[in-house]
Amino acid sequence: MTSSLLLAAGSLAPASRGFLSPTGVEIVFVLVGLAVLGAALLTVTTKQLVHAALWLVVALGGLAVEFLLLTAEFVAWVQVLIYLGSVVVLVLFGLMLTKAPIGRSPDADSGNRWVALGVALATAATLVTLVVDAFRTSWIDLGSGGGSTAAVGASLFRYWVLPFEALSVLLLAALVGAVVISRNGKGGTAAPRAGKLRTPRPATRPATRPSTRPSTRQER
Amino acid sequence: MHLAYPVVLAALLFSIGVYGVLARRNSVLVLMSVELMLNAVNLNLVAFDAWLRDSLHAGQALTLFTITLAAAEIGLGLAIVLLVFRTRGTADVDRVTALGDRAAEIPAQAGPAPDAVSKGQAL
Amino acid sequence: MNVAVPALVPALPALGAAAIFATGRRAPGWTRPLAILPVLAAAALALTAALQLGTGRTLNATTLLTPTGGPDIYLSLHLDGYTSLISVLVGLVATCVQIYSTAYLKADPRYPSYAALVSLFTAAMFLVVYSGDLVVLLVGWEVMGICSYFLIGHHWETADARAASLKAFLVTKLGDVPFLFGIFVLAGDAHTFQISGVLAAAAHGQLHHPTLIALLLLAGVAGKSAQFPLHTWLPDAMAGPTPVSALIHAATMVAAGIYLVSRLLPVFLLSGAALVVLAVLAAVTMIGSALCALAQDDIKRVLAYSTVGQLGYMAGALACGDREAAVFHLVSHGAFKALLFLSAGVLIHAAHTNSLTAMARIPGLRGRVPDARWTLGIGLVALVGLPPFSGFFSKDAVFTAAEHAADGNALTNGVGPASAVPQAAGWIVLIAAGLTAVLTAAYATRLWLLAFPAKAGQVAVPNGGPEAGAPYSPELDEVTPGHAEPAAMRWPLWVLAIPTIGFGVTGLNPDWLPKLLDGGSLRPSPATAVVGTGLAVAGVLICWAAWRGATARVRAAAATAVPDPGRALLGPLYRAAQHGFFVDRLYTLLFVRPTVAAAELVKFLDREVVEGYVQGSGGAAKLLGWAVRRSQTGNAQTYLSALLAGVVLIAVFVAVGR
Repeated sequence: MTSSLLLAAGSLAPASRGFLSPTGVEIVFVLVGLAVLGAALLTVTTKQLVHAALWLVVALGGLAVEFLLLTAEFVAWVQVLIYLGSVVVLVLFGLMLTKAPIGRSPDADSGNRWVALGVALATAATLVTLVVDAFRTSWIDLGSGGGSTAAVGASLFRYWVLPFEALSVLLLAALVGAVVISRNGKGGTAAPRAGKLRTPRPATRPATRPSTRPSTRQER
Repeated sequence: MHLAYPVVLAALLFSIGVYGVLARRNSVLVLMSVELMLNAVNLNLVAFDAWLRDSLHAGQALTLFTITLAAAEIGLGLAIVLLVFRTRGTADVDRVTALGDRAAEIPAQAGPAPDAVSKGQAL
Repeated sequence: MNVAVPALVPALPALGAAAIFATGRRAPGWTRPLAILPVLAAAALALTAALQLGTGRTLNATTLLTPTGGPDIYLSLHLDGYTSLISVLVGLVATCVQIYSTAYLKADPRYPSYAALVSLFTAAMFLVVYSGDLVVLLVGWEVMGICSYFLIGHHWETADARAASLKAFLVTKLGDVPFLFGIFVLAGDAHTFQISGVLAAAAHGQLHHPTLIALLLLAGVAGKSAQFPLHTWLPDAMAGPTPVSALIHAATMVAAGIYLVSRLLPVFLLSGAALVVLAVLAAVTMIGSALCALAQDDIKRVLAYSTVGQLGYMAGALACGDREAAVFHLVSHGAFKALLFLSAGVLIHAAHTNSLTAMARIPGLRGRVPDARWTLGIGLVALVGLPPFSGFFSKDAVFTAAEHAADGNALTNGVGPASAVPQAAGWIVLIAAGLTAVLTAAYATRLWLLAFPAKAGQVAVPNGGPEAGAPYSPELDEVTPGHAEPAAMRWPLWVLAIPTIGFGVTGLNPDWLPKLLDGGSLRPSPATAVVGTGLAVAGVLICWAAWRGATARVRAAAATAVPDPGRALLGPLYRAAQHGFFVDRLYTLLFVRPTVAAAELVKFLDREVVEGYVQGSGGAAKLLGWAVRRSQTGNAQTYLSALLAGVVLIAVFVAVGR
């Protein structure tokens, strides 16, 4: 498969381009990419749990910029809205509800750390070797408008309607599941905690995608 | 733009996510690392969508779906974490070992208080 | 003559035994007639057959029993003078024993099974006597062995009886294994199991391995007839009831070995080496058993060792090639030894002990058992061999045979050439027999003096129980002292006393007994008669003198001990003789211990080595399980790490392997 991709890439690649003559987009991409990597590294290594969530915001935001650079503007905004807006806030609430310590906690990493480092490095080495070997001669022709809201919306509702609706059913199921799981089956003391979880969520969540998110809110 | 930049970035981001999933103790942080891995995949999807100039925009549509799924995943995941925390009194992944073999010796961890261990393994 | 008559002889007691087994539990009242009548009828039929056959004739009747791949097996009858004589003896003794047992085991709850086994045993002996086929003979031979096992173990409540029955069974079987091989080799050479065919083959020189055959057969004979290396079972077998001792261990079973050798004597005559071996065995058996008998305290053991010694006489006569003398002595011995055992049984009943020294302390014993005292005396005189009792004539025939064999002109009476018997065999037997005659007289006298001490020598001890080492007598309290001699026990004694006294005379006239047998002379020659009688009288006198000396010493010391001439006569040998010269201990050392050690080794191998593999496989699985358990920590991160590491490895292998 790699060879076929290489053949395809080779036919697409204009001969004049090279690694050592980066365009402006590429320079910006690499810089932002470095920031994303740094933020991600801090996310998985910092001893302060709340800081980890905040570094996650930086990393995801940087990724949104990368999407923009790849001309996928609608995806970028969705990324900002859902990830930065709702997921990170959910994560923060999760941290608080599980009484995560504020400030430095020395035991943030488990004893599995060195194994994890080894596996991660091996994964990185394998993947980077693979993708560099596979795509070293491939270039993206960044035309404008490929990822505009109109284009994406048109293809979404023209070609991807059925998966889109199926996804809404999946979301509903996840919603019901979350309610069932987080409810205290025996009643009693846990009820106020569930209420705490419930109350802030509508206020902190911006209206994102009318088809999915409003239903979530109404059900809860 | 050279295709190697986004895919290498995605690969590295994915590896960082792997490290986070395997190394973090707090289960909420583990979930955050999972988000990192998902975003690495999203980056790949968008990059290949742009590279192949897909007329159906399959890459971007799938990215949207993935983002939606990630939202659902984090909601469910947090619900589970909360439930575990409520029943076990801890959200640490390596303390929740009740499904392990009791008779086998649990390797001693640095730092945990004895009562925390007993609480985590209770029931 | 009608074949049905001899055919019925073994069949009747067997049917009687089956009937007793069938009815014994539900109708015990039938047991006595069923025990006595078939045996009595068989004895009468045996006598009829013998009379019809007359002298000098043989009868062979054969029907094919089963074809085999090799020589066929026939159900065949062979009757001649020898079978007539021995079958009449067996019938007589068995009848006496059955009648005697009705009184002796009156109160025994297991009397039916006992009577059935005695009948079955009698049937088996008849079968051995009449059978003309070696395989059928072997069947009777083995049935006797198993009946003997059960009968010796009749009092299985006592450990002695259990051990003795097992010992008898094992020792005789030890001899039976080579015996079986001997029969096979014999049949392989002669191409038939028929005794007549075997004898014809022997006459025509078709037997290629005579020494091998003879030695193999001798092993079985030594086991059955209690000859030297395998004799140890017979004294122990006295743990059985006394009538059993009389029947099995005096008249019939032990005679089977002698009878078989006399039937197959032409085969043995082909091998001088086997005859010398037989002579040596007989000599060792005679002298050793006579010495042992002199030291025993148990009256039945004295008689048992005496039996072993008299069987040695018969074996010695056979080693000298004279089967007439052997069978003559067999029959007379069968009569007087049965008489001795039955008399001893009466005595034991009256005294409530087997111990001779204990009997010596019981006052008035001689008055309570007058008949038994007389018959015991008659039997002992016959055993010693004083004229005109039967033992004198038969023992004299053995002396004559040995003398002739030593001279080099053995009395084979036409069975084989006189030169077939080595002179060495004759000398060995002659010397051993002379020595044994003295010893026999001595122990017989000792038995008499101890059992019925004269008034002068009697030492009255009020509470004279059996000696500490005396064997337990299982027949205690079976009859009250007032009925010490019931009629059923008294009459068989006198019936047996008649042949004991008079049987020897039949050998005087060549027309009587010798004509029934091979036709040789059984008349005592003056030299052997004088020497034999002189030796016997000398033995008696020596023993009496020793007893007088012992009595005087005891009286001088004012001790309460019973004067025992055996102790004075044997001197340092006494202890060894009392324990049968430690042959049992030797066997324990040589065979039992190694066997037990080998069993221990096998046990060790099984437990430590074989089981080690089994447990090792289990342990290995357990260890593996332990290692796998160690990995099941329950920590999801560990699992996930392993999973991802595996995925990376697979990816690398796939990428590199392409």
